[in-house]
Amino acid sequence: MLDADFFRRWMTATAASVDREAERLTALDSPIGDADHGSNLQRGFHAVRDALDKEPPGTPGGVLTLAGRRLIATVGGASGPLYGTLLRRAGKALGDAAEVSAEQLAEALRTGVHAVMTLGGAAPGDKTMIDALVPAVDALGESFAAARAAAEEGAVATTPLQARKGRASYVGERSIGHQDPGATSSALLIAALAEAAGE
Amino acid sequence: MSDERLVGIVLVSHSAEVASSVAALAKGLAGGGTAVPVAPAGGTEGGGLGTSAELIAAAAASVDRGAGVAVLTDLGSAVLTVKALLAEGDELPEGTRLVDAPFVEGAVAAVVTASTGADLAAVEAAAAEAYTYRKV
Repeated sequence: MLDADFFRRWMTATAASVDREAERLTALDSPIGDADHGSNLQRGFHAVRDALDKEPPGTPGGVLTLAGRRLIATVGGASGPLYGTLLRRAGKALGDAAEVSAEQLAEALRTGVHAVMTLGGAAPGDKTMIDALVPAVDALGESFAAARAAAEEGAVATTPLQARKGRASYVGERSIGHQDPGATSSALLIAALAEAAGE
Repeated sequence: MSDERLVGIVLVSHSAEVASSVAALAKGLAGGGTAVPVAPAGGTEGGGLGTSAELIAAAAASVDRGAGVAVLTDLGSAVLTVKALLAEGDELPEGTRLVDAPFVEGAVAAVVTASTGADLAAVEAAAAEAYTYRKV
C-alpha cells in the first residue's frame, strides 16, 4: 500500500529530476516552443516541494491535490494548468484514504489524464504529454518500472510526429524531428514515481 | 441599471502591456463605459511573459459586483489557466465565465455591452459575436 509519505517522495523526486533535466527540457522547447519549459517546471515543482515541506498533507489524495494547486498557481505556462489538472484530479479521485493500492493510483492517474485531454483537447498522436502519459498509465497495472519504460518510449516516439496542439503546432511540419518537451517531462514525472517505489 | 450590478470584465494576456492597453482601449471606446469594472491580468507576477493564476484570481475578485465576471483571454496557457481555475471551484467569484471571443474586438464589445447594464449572457454573446465581423 502507498501512503502520503510515498506520494511526497514522488513529488520530491520529480522536483530533483526537473532540476537535473531543466536545461534539456528548455533546449527541447527552443526549436518548437518558447524555450521556457525547464524553468517553468522548476519554478512549479520548487513551489510544490516547499508547500509539501511546510504543511505536509496526511493523505495521498491531499498530497496530489496540493501539488496540483501549486502547479496551476506558479508555473506561468500551459504546463501549469495541464500538470496541475493531472495531479489535482488524480488527488481528488483518491479521496481521503490514508493508504491506496497501486491499482487505485493507476485508476486515479487515468482519471487525471482524461481530465488533461479534456482541458487541452489533445489526443494520443498529437505530440503532447499525452503520448507519454497514456502508455504509462496503461503499463502501471504491470509495474512502476514498466510504466517508466512505457513513458520514456512514448516520449521518444513523439519525435517523428507533427504537433497538432499548443505552441508547437504553429511551426507545422518543422515540429517533425524534435522530441516533444511535454512528453519528455511527463516521462520524468513517471520515472520519479518508479524511483519513489524503489523500482 | 445601477452601477454596483454591472458585469465585470477581466482581460488575460501573456503580456502585462497588452492586457492593460486593451483594457484602456476598450474603456476608451466604450465612452460612457468607464463605470464598467475592467481589470487586466497580464504576464507573470515577476513581470515576464506568461500567465499568472494569482493575478487572474485577484483581477476577477476586483471587478466582481455580483452580476458575474466575463473573462477574455489571448491564447495557450491563458485559456488553460482560466479553465483550470474554473474547474477548481473556489478560486474565482461565483458567476465567472470564460468567454470565447477575439481578445481586442471581444473586449471592446464586452465593455460597451456591460456599460448598458446588460447581464452576463448578453455581454458574453456580444463578445463572441465579434468573431463574425469579417474585415475583408
